[in-house]
Amino acid sequence: MVTQVFEEISPADFFYRNRDIAGFTNPSRAIFASIRELVENSLDAAELAGAPPTIYIRLTYGEGGLESGVYRLRVEDNGVGITSRHIPSAFGQVLFGSKYKLKQARGTFGLGGTMAVLYGQITTHKPALIVSSTGSTKVYKYRIMVDIQRNRPIILERKILINKDQWHGTIVKFSLEGDYFRAMPKILEYLKQTALVNPYANITFVDPKGRLYKFVRATTKMPPLPKETLPHPYGVDVETVKRLMQMTPHRNMRDFMIKHFHRISEKIAYKFLEFAAIPRGKNPKRLGPGEVVKLVQMMKRFEEFRSPSASCLSPLGEELLKAGILKELKPEFIAVCQRKPSTYAGHPFIIETAIAYGGSIPKKTDFVLYRFANRIPLLYDEASDVSFRVIKSMNWRRYKASPDMPIAVLVHICSTKIPYKTVGKEFIADRPEVKREILNGIREAARKLRRYLSKQEHVEKEKRRLSVFSKYLPKIAKFSTELAGKERQPDIQKLLEIVNQVGRKESRK
Amino acid sequence: MGEKNPENDVSAAVKKKKEIVIDLESFGETLYHQMEQGEFPWIKMPSRSTENIYYNPELRQYVLGERKVKRSTRNIRHIRPFTQLVWTAFFAHQLSHQRKTSTLRDVYYSAQAYNMSFKDQSESDNVITDLETVIGFAREDFNIFPEERSAIFGDLTIEYTVPGYEGRQMNMTSHPDGLMIGPALTYSEFVKTSADKVIAIEKGGLFTRFIEENVHKKFNALLVLTAGQAPRATRHFIRRLNKELALPVYILTDGDPWGMHIAMVIISGSANAAHLRGLTTPDAKWSGVWATDIVDYKLPTDPLTEVDMKRLQELQRDSRYKDEIWQREIKTFMKIRKKAEQEAFSRYGLTYIVDEYLPAKLEESA
Ligand SMILES: Nc1ncnc2c1ncn2[C@@H]1O[C@H](COP(=O)(O)OP(=O)(O)OP(=O)(O)O)[C@@H](O)[C@H]1O
Ligand SMILES: [Mg+2]
Repeated sequence: MVTQVFEEISPADFFYRNRDIAGFTNPSRAIFASIRELVENSLDAAELAGAPPTIYIRLTYGEGGLESGVYRLRVEDNGVGITSRHIPSAFGQVLFGSKYKLKQARGTFGLGGTMAVLYGQITTHKPALIVSSTGSTKVYKYRIMVDIQRNRPIILERKILINKDQWHGTIVKFSLEGDYFRAMPKILEYLKQTALVNPYANITFVDPKGRLYKFVRATTKMPPLPKETLPHPYGVDVETVKRLMQMTPHRNMRDFMIKHFHRISEKIAYKFLEFAAIPRGKNPKRLGPGEVVKLVQMMKRFEEFRSPSASCLSPLGEELLKAGILKELKPEFIAVCQRKPSTYAGHPFIIETAIAYGGSIPKKTDFVLYRFANRIPLLYDEASDVSFRVIKSMNWRRYKASPDMPIAVLVHICSTKIPYKTVGKEFIADRPEVKREILNGIREAARKLRRYLSKQEHVEKEKRRLSVFSKYLPKIAKFSTELAGKERQPDIQKLLEIVNQVGRKESRK
Repeated sequence: MGEKNPENDVSAAVKKKKEIVIDLESFGETLYHQMEQGEFPWIKMPSRSTENIYYNPELRQYVLGERKVKRSTRNIRHIRPFTQLVWTAFFAHQLSHQRKTSTLRDVYYSAQAYNMSFKDQSESDNVITDLETVIGFAREDFNIFPEERSAIFGDLTIEYTVPGYEGRQMNMTSHPDGLMIGPALTYSEFVKTSADKVIAIEKGGLFTRFIEENVHKKFNALLVLTAGQAPRATRHFIRRLNKELALPVYILTDGDPWGMHIAMVIISGSANAAHLRGLTTPDAKWSGVWATDIVDYKLPTDPLTEVDMKRLQELQRDSRYKDEIWQREIKTFMKIRKKAEQEAFSRYGLTYIVDEYLPAKLEESA
């Protein structure tokens, strides 16, 4: 008989063992994921600072050169920076972060940055260097490693420098094993799409060969920052409610409901408590375990809560989306559509869609699909994404479109909780509410495309029309002149002008 | 020699030519004027759609009804054929002016020299038919001829009017293969003939046999080879022989619905030429091979095909075929379900058709 041996592992240990679920599957994916995680942190931080992001990425060969497969990655931003005492944990501890709040951000898990550092450490056994300042008089410089078994940062060096220029931002630098040349197409595609969906950002990338890729901002306008919000009663579970009960300073259910949940007025609080048969004056801390479960059940059943407001969301907006598409895809025509806020399971979300046609959009056997979530491009597992299926299900002939035309379809979902299928943030799950909004959004853009295509068709037709008239009328003039034995040909310019005017009038319709 | 007839007037042909030139010019003037007025050039012409084609029992041929169509260059679908029409008028005018002729195929190719492309020859043929409709004259009158040619043999003397041959006379026995009915013969004047009838023959083999067997002498006849469906120039020529020289016309074809119709087109014209006059010979007679001949002469036969039977049903309903003899022959064909070629008479020897059949048939149809 064998006895089981039990042990406990830390979260860092768990993600070390299962790094592929965070996207660090192999040397090629790892280098891509590292760049991506750091760039997304930088964009989040820069937006918080309220300034258009300027991000500088440099990838160089490690000491062993190309052969060793070791690279040094350095990412610098102009974001808010990290307060000194949080720097080590931000990069040396998984499931530690500042983005667990209820508002839209790229980061969600408190995992990405640390995973990059951790991956570098396990492949090269070198510490990571973090330099950051919040714009105070000091710049902090840390050299850290991750204590994987304890999920704690190990601080190897800490330096304080004088901040002369009120610099704020963060520099992250570490070594990692990777396969840049296999990852290159995906990295460049990622940066291009990031530049598209963040058209106000300057992104510079220098690759190991010294090649410079510059994505220049098209505007300095940024979408308004999202506001932090309270949880919506439809979106909470028993655990959330229990935690709220523990920390609440309020002594009756009326105040508890109004103060801790999203968009609850006094009237609705009363109505709900009556519906749930809980006295309005009851002290929330006195609710028994059974009552808490019942409260949550009733929250899901009550139909009069107002739907969540979208102030916690920060969609790109039609104008910026257009600017981004124009600069990165250079199409002939763009149709964009921002849907009204909607919810799934108590989480607010907004869908933005766009269709780009012609110009530099390549002709392929199928539409090009660009997927974005909270201004992050999603590059992997396209066929599993809900948008992919929506596009496949549509009858494009109704919109005068066919897969062999140069058409790109863009779908952007913004939410406090993106319905990802995995922590790798690769594709969006099939939620009926989300699916419907995506469908309606694409349809709306497609209708605009159809209008454009019909107009184009008409303009083309008019052009052909005019060319037919200007080909034949002069001949008729010539031969009739000869038949009639006249010296001078009749003036047909007037007739051609009439044709032209009629064409213009019709295309304006 | 036949009685004088307006169509026999020497100056008539010249007059007609002049008239055509004037018509073509005034067509050009109309369009010119319209353009000068800032109008998109347009014309009105009789519709040639089947709903506008009627059989006229008085004229004993098909004619166009009252229906007119307007072709305007304001309409993008009309402008190309309209331009082709104007060019064709211009080209015809040049032909008349230079006293040259051209074939349908020539027209098609000549167009390319003027950057006036036609998709294919049938498109250019169609535009020529349009011009006939607009001007009211047959294409032969403005010097455009089909490629296929038929021939004539027999004692007829004509006088040429074409450039270089004016005043020269020619007898139609002067070549043992017969003389081609081309533009020169079409425009010639008849001088004299000793013949008292015309025999039109569908097939070249029989035509040659008849010449060899001296049918023209034995029967005092002019022999005309239609070479299948008679070209318009030939139909017009036969009509002239009939009208100007008062010669009765007898037609010999294969004994099947198609041969029957070759005879009918010579007699009553075709729907395709409903816009034209002067191509029919209403008094001509179809002398054989009849369905009843197949029975009477016990000719070797082939069975009628599905297509033959269908054609017979069509002919049965056709107003041109309403006379008793046609109806009788159609019914007989349908009953015996057999057909015979002219050559079938060879089973009785090479001269049988001339010695036995022909005299009997001429007598029967006279
Ligand atoms: N460039 C940066 N500037 C400012 N703060 C940063 C930067 N990078 C990371 N941080 C801070 O470190 C925290 C942890 O980052 P990490 O990438 O591990 O997680 P996250 O971004 O919160 O979530 P996710 O796992 O989805 O990326 C962040 O929440 C943020 O507060
Ligand atoms: Mg992150």
